Amino acid sequence: MSNTDFVLAIEDLTVSFDGFKAVDALTLYVDRNELRVVIGPNGAGKTTVLDLICGKTKSTSGSIKFKNRELTTLSEHEIVRAGVGRKFQTPSIYENLSVYQNLEVSYPKGRGVWGSLLFKSTDDVVNSVHRVAKEIMLEEHLDMEAALLSHGQKQWLEIGMLLMQDPELLMLDEPVAGMSAKERDQTADLLNRICKNRSVVVIEHDMEFVKKIAHKVTVLHQGKILAEGTMDNVQKDEKVIEVYLGH
Amino acid sequence: MNALTSKLLGGKQGLIGLVILSAIIFIALPLGLDLFRLGLVGKYLTYAFVAVSLVLLWGYGGILSLGQGIFFGLGGYCMAMFLKLEASDPVSTKIQTTPGIPDFMDWNQLTEIPWFWVPFQSLTLTILAVLIVPALFAYIIGYAMFKRRVGGVYFAIITQAIALILTILIVGQQGFTGGVNGITDLKTMLGWDIRDDSSKYILYYVNGLLLIGTILVCRYIITSKFGMLLLAMRDKEERVRFSGYDVSNFKIFIFCVAALISAIGGAMFTLQVGFMSPSFIGIVPSIEMVIFAAVGGRMSLIGAIYGALLVNFGRTMFSETYPELWLFLMGGLFIAVVMFFPNGLAGLYEKYAKKYRLAERMQKIFSSGKPAKADAEATPTKTTGAKA
Repeated sequence: MSNTDFVLAIEDLTVSFDGFKAVDALTLYVDRNELRVVIGPNGAGKTTVLDLICGKTKSTSGSIKFKNRELTTLSEHEIVRAGVGRKFQTPSIYENLSVYQNLEVSYPKGRGVWGSLLFKSTDDVVNSVHRVAKEIMLEEHLDMEAALLSHGQKQWLEIGMLLMQDPELLMLDEPVAGMSAKERDQTADLLNRICKNRSVVVIEHDMEFVKKIAHKVTVLHQGKILAEGTMDNVQKDEKVIEVYLGH
Repeated sequence: MNALTSKLLGGKQGLIGLVILSAIIFIALPLGLDLFRLGLVGKYLTYAFVAVSLVLLWGYGGILSLGQGIFFGLGGYCMAMFLKLEASDPVSTKIQTTPGIPDFMDWNQLTEIPWFWVPFQSLTLTILAVLIVPALFAYIIGYAMFKRRVGGVYFAIITQAIALILTILIVGQQGFTGGVNGITDLKTMLGWDIRDDSSKYILYYVNGLLLIGTILVCRYIITSKFGMLLLAMRDKEERVRFSGYDVSNFKIFIFCVAALISAIGGAMFTLQVGFMSPSFIGIVPSIEMVIFAAVGGRMSLIGAIYGALLVNFGRTMFSETYPELWLFLMGGLFIAVVMFFPNGLAGLYEKYAKKYRLAERMQKIFSSGKPAKADAEATPTKTTGAKA
């Protein structure tokens, strides 16, 4: 495969589970500083694509390149260390730890066994935690046990945990699921802020929300790309209306 | 340095717990008990090492090992092999066919010491073996399991199986291991008789000091970022993995540390009790050790020690009067703890200490120099505590 300027270059990616192709010869490019939203009906393969990129699922064939580095052969933690962060669909935070500890533990130093034993919380760490906590609107809840946060705040905290690692590619699986209207607006603002120096891939069902954030939209259907372009173009696309937006 | 000390001592709360524990181990028990009973306590305190290791592994790491007896036994056997070789000098074994080798080897027609016994002629190598062999064994098991992401119940069952295999292996290879009797008739360590009264006291205190040292090391681990990661992994392993950590390495490490701690307990057991046998390795002792940790509270290092002491005292008392009932009682105790006090003794203490504000009162007593003054200060707290 050729080298590209894209942050993320997925080419001919296929994964098959017992003959069922959840992702079928998918080719997708994401630019620097781009916020891409992936939409599509249930079972279209959206989450599977994220699983493939972050190494949770191994591909059957094809290539995933992040800054021209092949990801399909790396293990999960190596992909993260290369600069790819991923938020799961249900908020995945450490409920037993405080908000501060959740963020601190995500700081990308002391990632080995010995490193973590000798890890010291320096000014850099403290400053990062406070900066990110402010970004995700949880600055006043730093000492709170994460289990006590509202659902929306948990979603933000997980985004914050990824921001601590300052990834160049951030992937978010349904970040506003279960949020109130106000929280959705705040999340849209948050995403618009944090996509400044990085690329972001978002999976989302809420069209109002997608309109607020998307630079470009990709519609997946049965593991293949049905349409790609700006939100307006995609919404007018007849195939898209047929299988997804329509009725 | 100051931060490190407070980390090790676990803050004021932790310091108080440690002081009370030390006072019980080093002062109250030796003064209050005769040497026979103190010897029993010393034996229980070697089990406490395993219970503490389970707090680290199971409580914090969420990895339930039902085979900690493996490492207790390996540590104990390493020490026993050294002591046995020393006890088998040519003079005291002159009636054997081959003098100068352990008696059970002679009974099994061995004429020389097997190769793996040779390093145990040196105390230095023996101490190294106590520290390295169980940890290395844990590394191999851990690597094979955790790299393949075997965990939870499957891991517990496999550790059980290994404990059983090891027992069978030791029992079956009588000529090399002493078989079902274990390694007995241990007498001296570098000429120092481990059986007389003064050595019993010395070994008891060495054991106690090692136990306190273990607590400090464990506290360092659980208060470091490593400890925070253990808790995080127990809760959401995937999230830790997708935060750039190689989860399996952390699990392997904590499993090795737990094995090392258990092995120290095993070696001290051999020294204090004077023998080692396969009955300390198998399934039943391994599960009993989990019960000690559960009774003490699986998140409390100090609690685990009290758990080990209490359950074993109970065992001694009951099995003196109703030997056949003890196993049922132990099973019942485990069920009761799991159902009604999931945090064990430590959980009960937390609950009631908060209620009566014990910790605050203790802190006042410890922070002010003069006890009399502390009493005066503590009294008003008592009344407010009673009101609340």
